[in-house]
Amino acid sequence: MRYVRPGTVDEAVSLLNSEPESCVFAGATDLVPQMQGGRPEPKLMIDLKGIPRLVKVSYSNGQLVVGAATPVSIVKVDDNLKAAFPGLSESSGLIGSDQIQNRASLGGNLCTASPGADTIPSLMVNSARVVIASSGGTRTIPVSDVVTGPGSVSLKSNEFVVEFILDAPPKRTADAYLRFIPRTEMDIAVVGAAARLTLDDADCCTEALVAIGAAAPTVVRAPVAENALRGNPINDETLAEVMAAASAVCSPISDKRGTKEYRRQVAGVLAKRVVLQAAKRAKEKGGAV
Amino acid sequence: MNRTHVTCMINDDETEFLCDNDESLLDALRDEVGLTGAKEGCGTGDCGACSIILNGQLICACLAFAPEANGGTIETVEGMADGDRLHPLQTSFLEEASLQCGVCTPGFLMAAKALLENNPDPTETEVRYAIAGNLCRCTGYDKIVRAVLGAAAQMRKNPIEGARP
Repeated sequence: MRYVRPGTVDEAVSLLNSEPESCVFAGATDLVPQMQGGRPEPKLMIDLKGIPRLVKVSYSNGQLVVGAATPVSIVKVDDNLKAAFPGLSESSGLIGSDQIQNRASLGGNLCTASPGADTIPSLMVNSARVVIASSGGTRTIPVSDVVTGPGSVSLKSNEFVVEFILDAPPKRTADAYLRFIPRTEMDIAVVGAAARLTLDDADCCTEALVAIGAAAPTVVRAPVAENALRGNPINDETLAEVMAAASAVCSPISDKRGTKEYRRQVAGVLAKRVVLQAAKRAKEKGGAV
Repeated sequence: MNRTHVTCMINDDETEFLCDNDESLLDALRDEVGLTGAKEGCGTGDCGACSIILNGQLICACLAFAPEANGGTIETVEGMADGDRLHPLQTSFLEEASLQCGVCTPGFLMAAKALLENNPDPTETEVRYAIAGNLCRCTGYDKIVRAVLGAAAQMRKNPIEGARP
């Protein structure tokens, strides 16, 4: 196995094309355990952390751009990001320990494609897009088009994620992320839920996005819950519809973290709580960031 | 397999070693450099026994590839004491009896050091979160938390001479 640390996206692209059995990585927090578990060792390891564009958070022209290899320890504390996307900051801060957060990245969390990935629901409710590089240049697709199943992504073998783009939220808009685990730290989601709401001046919901993690082969949006929220006040009636819709959209497995039935129920409860949290923030936030 | 030549600063000493490209930084520190303070517990980033500071960031050395250290700066538990003078965290761990078997201790010391460099006056909750990535099967953690809080108080009174900012 060879190890290389390119300094530019173009250099990484040509390295990736030069060797079919190559693998890009950022923090390797998932890759190393996978290799220990029998994942075949690539012939070429391409360390993306040497590319400045991939390890920075920038904010310009109403867009937040997060480099795909930026450690989540930076993502979670970035002031601009926290103000505009508090839920994404929350989900970034829930991944593993400080040791893991100093290595793990949004690009890695997305492309590892775990159903329980914490940041994917937050990226989805914020309609984040990913810039993907290959020898043909770059293309930009929604985050929701990347993961195709547990551990599998739509990217071709000569492509890699460069950065994430998030548009500044409109006024009275906020997101939130909640995760259920049976302890306070250092565990993988039994269920995760993200929501982003826009409220009008009468606190009526005008736009809603809800995503549930760890309860289906991929993170799923809950369109019925979103429709129940749109055009309505956040009251007991709409929240009951949100709960039912969030539970219904799940197709969970039973494993050591919880049974199917339990996950479905928790998905409903978390969806309700995360909608309330996002609504509270949207009211407090007022104008656009 | 061709071995890779790595040059880096380890505990303020310029160090060179040869490693395999698929070797973990932990294995390289232990087997190529001879620094056996960092321990392998799980080898998958769960237990924190291999915690070191690479380029100012606390990481699990078992999850980094050794060639990544090239040109970088590493701090391990071996660099904490100043000759015979222990670091306040080490003294505090001894005073509070914060270890029994000692396998986890180098990792806890590095995690605590990383915490106090960023936050010299942590609350107990902040200490507990900062060591959440380190497992100890002997002490039940309370003694470790007391030691970190005690060392923090000590260091606020008497900052270490020549300590890196």
